Amino acid sequence: MDRFARLLTDLIYTRSRNGKLALLADYLRTVPDPDRGWALAALTGEIDFPAIKAGIVRTLIQERVDPVLFALSRDFVGDTAETVSLMWPAPQGPVRAAPGVSEAVALLASASRGTGKSVLAGLLDRLDEDGRFALLKLATGALRIGVSARLAKTAFALGFDVAVEEVEELWHAMRPPYAELFAWATGAAPKPDISMVPVFRPFMLANPLEDEEIDLRDYAAEWKWDGIRIQIVSVGGATRLFSRGGEDITASFPDVAEAFDHEGVLDGELLVRGTHQGGEAASFNALQQRLGRKTVSGSLKADYPAFVRLYDILLDGAEDLRRLPWSERRVRLERVAGLLDPSAFDISALIEAETFEALAEMRVQARETDIEGVMLKRRDSLYEPGRKAGLWFKWKREPLTADCVLMYAQQGSGKRSGLYSDYTFGCWTAPEAEGGVLLPVGKAYSGFSDEELKWLDSFVRKQTTGRFGPVREVEKSLVLEVAFDAVNPSTRHKSGIAMRFPRISRIRRDKPASEADLIDTLRRMIAAGAKADDTSKV
Amino acid sequence: MPIGPETPRWIKAEREGLHLPTIGWWIDPSRAVANALVTHGHADHARGGHGEVWATAATRDIIDLRYGTPAGGGDVAYGECIEIGDSITATFLPAGHVLGSAQILLERQGERIIVTGDYKRRADPTCPPFVPTPCDILITEATFALPIFTHPPIEREIARLLAAREANPERAILVGAYALGKAQRVIAELRRAGYAETIWLHGAMTAMCLLYERHGVALGPLAPVSETARGELKGEIVICPPSALNSVWARKLPDPINAVASGWMRVRQRAVQSNVELPLIISDHCDWNELTATILEVAPQETWITHGREDALLHWCAMRQIRARALDLVGREDEDEAA
Repeated sequence: MDRFARLLTDLIYTRSRNGKLALLADYLRTVPDPDRGWALAALTGEIDFPAIKAGIVRTLIQERVDPVLFALSRDFVGDTAETVSLMWPAPQGPVRAAPGVSEAVALLASASRGTGKSVLAGLLDRLDEDGRFALLKLATGALRIGVSARLAKTAFALGFDVAVEEVEELWHAMRPPYAELFAWATGAAPKPDISMVPVFRPFMLANPLEDEEIDLRDYAAEWKWDGIRIQIVSVGGATRLFSRGGEDITASFPDVAEAFDHEGVLDGELLVRGTHQGGEAASFNALQQRLGRKTVSGSLKADYPAFVRLYDILLDGAEDLRRLPWSERRVRLERVAGLLDPSAFDISALIEAETFEALAEMRVQARETDIEGVMLKRRDSLYEPGRKAGLWFKWKREPLTADCVLMYAQQGSGKRSGLYSDYTFGCWTAPEAEGGVLLPVGKAYSGFSDEELKWLDSFVRKQTTGRFGPVREVEKSLVLEVAFDAVNPSTRHKSGIAMRFPRISRIRRDKPASEADLIDTLRRMIAAGAKADDTSKV
Repeated sequence: MPIGPETPRWIKAEREGLHLPTIGWWIDPSRAVANALVTHGHADHARGGHGEVWATAATRDIIDLRYGTPAGGGDVAYGECIEIGDSITATFLPAGHVLGSAQILLERQGERIIVTGDYKRRADPTCPPFVPTPCDILITEATFALPIFTHPPIEREIARLLAAREANPERAILVGAYALGKAQRVIAELRRAGYAETIWLHGAMTAMCLLYERHGVALGPLAPVSETARGELKGEIVICPPSALNSVWARKLPDPINAVASGWMRVRQRAVQSNVELPLIISDHCDWNELTATILEVAPQETWITHGREDALLHWCAMRQIRARALDLVGREDEDEAA
């Protein structure tokens, strides 16, 4: 565990991407199997010990130290694993030697719900602070140390001088501790054959359209739908659905997987059909009812039927189409789409616009809740993984904004621990002069610069009027301009509305709180048709 | 709660500091007053503009350097007792925090109150150690009053600093350390560990280091960074205020390794927030175990807690039936860098 603990500590204190890559590459090259494989699984979030949940860690520490002191410490540190690693009391009497990564993994994996606590405690007793931190990160599966799965895979490619695209492609056919992958990378074995395994292929992504003027002779336009990007892979009779990060979400959408009966790999947007929209796509709000579920009941499938709006085709049967230009792939996609069950699959239609100006006008007019903006795709673009410049653009709708008043703040986690960075803001029920009061309308954690964060943190500290555990209530004097993508009705919030993706767009120190917006103003922004997917059943 | 004595009427905790209302004197006031007793020279305890300032000679020198000479008052030696009126006496005792730092023991008709100012219990080559002294009311700081704070031995941190230098001969080691106290302690500990090379100073450090030397603290060969081409500082140790770490000034050094010497470095995310590559857990305050041990050792009737994480220490006292209260003093929250 020593070497892995040192790796995590070094990664935390290394800011440059190249520095992190070098540390990771060196670790993967020099540490033997299977330790390095388990470490790689931890870094890519591919490790899961069902018996070890974050709750167990909290229970354990509260059995050993004063729970109040733990809670105060946790609030200060902003990270449970780190707090526990710092507070864990030294065991009485002799302890066994510190466990290695593989030994720890074996013990954690063999733990049951009944023994999870004692297994974890036994391991913590054998480690020092850094070791405990690494173990807890490993055991609970949430590293949060500024290393993405993509970065870890890039480091793997760098360390063994192989192409990262090859690593990505093999990745989803491999299981921790990736013995085959290391064997191939070190030259000890040939490349694993994955032709009969349904694996994820990296998505082609779009860059935001900034000032570029687009010639529609070179670019095709289609709507950007507000669902989740999905890849459907079917090979050898097995169908898998992957989310943008390559996570297998088949279990949440068995209806879609079952309806797919064509071998190949398709790219599309997963949406939920709203009966209230006359069978049209419902808002993201409705889709959320289906996300993240391990099993799906019949009524959920009936109430929120999922379907896929197809964007692209990567493989048709075993034939790889990714090296064909978009226009040729589009023809193949239209042919395949025609073969599929129309209740579960349709094709994302192209927008017919004569000129860029006409397209811009159509984008402004589009206010359906399921449209996020416009996509522009170069007609001759190959299907390139990642975000290559100049090929695909996303042109989002202008966000909506409202002036809200800061009401409560809470300290953030991780990089923002110790800083008040989560803000709850409200709008008036009626003008203040007429006796209106502020009700919370949303919460935002982003949109501000580091400088603005410092200022906001200091504002919260100076203007605190009440404390509720970790939450501080502040003097209702600061106006924040909040940007958001849509307003949905909500039965969960007292204000009756919920913002979609709110973020702080500006701090309006110039504006008095009494001039912030009314809740009614927000209510009027609820897009036509959205009212009906109020999720009153939840 | 055990039944304790009535709080003496001759001391009051005000927002601006501790007040002795019968004579109008203050201890570490945050605004200019006529008569001040000052525990030590850090800006959240000492400030300019007072009429009379009574403090140790070193603290008065520091005030002199930072704010100009006080109008009146005088030096008080460790162990010396002065009468300040209304039968109140003040005795200055070592606090072990920085050069000149003192606890102030206030006595009146048998009642004893200790104002610790800031203090630590570890050995420090730049100042005499804290003297635990029995009293009725202990007024303690609580900067690191959370159980996550246990400071490692300073020898370990100095060894890490020297190892980083050894491993990076092409880079300067830039140590952010508060200009009063921390900087000189780090230098003195480097000397104790046998490091005899010149240590380079940011301009803001020089005067305070000279002041320390005048008070008999030997710091070995020092030189201002301005006296050399900065590119030549590869493999050298440079000390600067924490605020200079990410400045234009620092960028001219050869690929500097940012180090910070502070108790806050115990928490990784704190270190990461300050853009630190080499966090050195070196504090001039008590850690959690030392704070709680001091309360048990001094065993006052009542403990008053000033700036810091007072919630945790109050809870700890409550669990042990120790009478305690938190004071709400202004201006004591933002001196993080000095810790």
